[in-house]
Amino acid sequence: MGATVFFGCTFVAFGPAFSLFLLTVAGDPLRIIILVAGAFFWLVSLLLASLIWFISVQLSDREDSRLQYGLLVFGAAVSVLLQEAFRFAYFKLLKKADEGLATLSEDGQSPISLKQMAYVSGLSFGIISGVFSVINILADSIGPGIVGIHGDSPYYFITSAFLTMAVVFLHTFWGVIFFDACERRRYWSLALVVASHLITSGLTFLNPWYQASLVPIYIITISMGVWAFFTAGGSLHNVLTCLSCKQEEENRVMLYSALQVPVED
Amino acid sequence: MTAHDWQLTEALYERLMMITFMNSSDSEEEACNERTSLISAESPPAASYQDGLQAPEAAETQTYRKRHTGGSCSPSDADSGNSDSGLPVRDIAVDNKEEEELTLKYGAKHVIMLFVPVTLCMIVVVATIKSVRFYTEKNGQFEVLKTYNVAMDYPTLFFVIWNFGAVGMICIHWKGPLHLQQAYLIMISALMALVFIKYLPEWSAWVILGAISIYDLIAVLCPRGPLRMLVETAQERNEPIFPALIYSSAMVWTVGMAKPDSASRDLTQQTWDSAEDMREINDNPAYVESEISEARSPAPTHPTTSLIEELEEEERGVKLGLGDFIFYSVLVGKAAATASGDWNTTLACFVAILIGLCLTLLLLAVFKKALPALPISITFGLVFYFSTDNLVRPFMDTLASHQLYI
Repeated sequence: MGATVFFGCTFVAFGPAFSLFLLTVAGDPLRIIILVAGAFFWLVSLLLASLIWFISVQLSDREDSRLQYGLLVFGAAVSVLLQEAFRFAYFKLLKKADEGLATLSEDGQSPISLKQMAYVSGLSFGIISGVFSVINILADSIGPGIVGIHGDSPYYFITSAFLTMAVVFLHTFWGVIFFDACERRRYWSLALVVASHLITSGLTFLNPWYQASLVPIYIITISMGVWAFFTAGGSLHNVLTCLSCKQEEENRVMLYSALQVPVED
Repeated sequence: MTAHDWQLTEALYERLMMITFMNSSDSEEEACNERTSLISAESPPAASYQDGLQAPEAAETQTYRKRHTGGSCSPSDADSGNSDSGLPVRDIAVDNKEEEELTLKYGAKHVIMLFVPVTLCMIVVVATIKSVRFYTEKNGQFEVLKTYNVAMDYPTLFFVIWNFGAVGMICIHWKGPLHLQQAYLIMISALMALVFIKYLPEWSAWVILGAISIYDLIAVLCPRGPLRMLVETAQERNEPIFPALIYSSAMVWTVGMAKPDSASRDLTQQTWDSAEDMREINDNPAYVESEISEARSPAPTHPTTSLIEELEEEERGVKLGLGDFIFYSVLVGKAAATASGDWNTTLACFVAILIGLCLTLLLLAVFKKALPALPISITFGLVFYFSTDNLVRPFMDTLASHQLYI
């Protein structure tokens, strides 16, 4: 407990997100705006889902715990569907903005590509989703207390941190795949993304049986990552080229300078 | 201290919270108006205006626009004609959508230039509220020392505070480094917001936030609104703004300059000085506007014109009234203080305010006139505060108690 747990869990949960933000988003103002707007869209979806859940709870019997649990499951499912719906809405908005930027730029190309926007929007959904899930837990982890004193799992904090990290990654990958699927009208990809989101959320219902929830969630995360990598245009060849990139670049430089000479004539 | 704060508050109420866009049509009539619009001129110059899509004319107009927005006193056609930066064919008669998107491309930087100080101010306020329990004690200053168990004697305290105040007065009302001035403005905004959070009763703060947004809307947009008349008078008289009530983010980038260093340094030095000159004769109410900081410098002597254009584009700053900072921070601070210790509410209000600011700047680009900065952000902020506190918090708490993720 205390500062150790707090810092450890914070870095586990948000280390990748923070690094991705610093390295890829922080330098470009347009991406920061897309990030914040994506967070806003996710928040609106959460608001609507909470409203639906709240109304359903108010109309139901408060004493029946099974019913309340069922309503919670229902609320979570509605929230997942609304998140994906707002992701689609954000896709539409970004598409329009992309067209506007393209018509206006000097060379007819927008300063940011749709794939980059897909990545940033996925990252924004991931960050805000992770933050909203875990920030209160992290704030509680500083203070005095004993974890699991009523018989719950003592690994609550660290598993929450790992789940949050998985959620961040998942949203990023889902963003990439989703936008690409919408762009190319591959509806089965869309359905698969929504289904995997529902499955992931459903797997967390198996907590605190962490072997059954964390391990499959990470398997899903890795497979989504591979899928997103290939969707974004990556390939094994690219990876190998990147790893041995220095030699390649020199060759290209020589070629380019060789091409320059006739132009100047 | 309280009476003085209230006087300052009244002064702020009267003068603050406007965003404006100086039309470059104004600057066409007045020779050297340093405040020109972020976007190109509404009416293209007659001399170089031609129908048709020829690249040189397009380049000319583009350069004219950029020079014009550079605030140079005499945008000569000869200079414009020489610049052939090779811009592609483009329809000269730009419509609003294109201008709006042009701002989107250039304006992204300015949005971030405002995001950063607003975020910093909010972080200071939220950190102070969460750590000091300011609002339960009488004297906040010594409370800070007690909280962190710092031993301090009166002479040292007097020395530190005296220097803090003196340096602040100098760098805000006279000359000083831009970042120091910005830091001071953020600090006093944060302190003012903390005063509001501490001394206003619970519901008074919310009602005041709502009422002042409505007042802002009326005062800036109605034809006889006081703030609008103030802004128009200031534009007519070409008087700048009282420096202590406005946050200016005019900055100069020199990255990516291929020209010789001495020339670039001269230019930046001129721009910095002219920005300071502008600040010291400011007398008007605070409002957000875009300004060109290099107002006085004549056409630079280095050959490549495209680099000038790049420098001019990069140097446009943006201004935001301190009242906006204060009330944004009040909203987020109250969310941090009273939302039952919930961080979700604070973050939701933070995102809402940033999005409101973004939308306001977008509207600014579209309408190109004085706009109030408060209504959209405060409306979003209030909606998100009450809905997150009452709807989202129980939902997320219930999910977290079962360790469910959505």
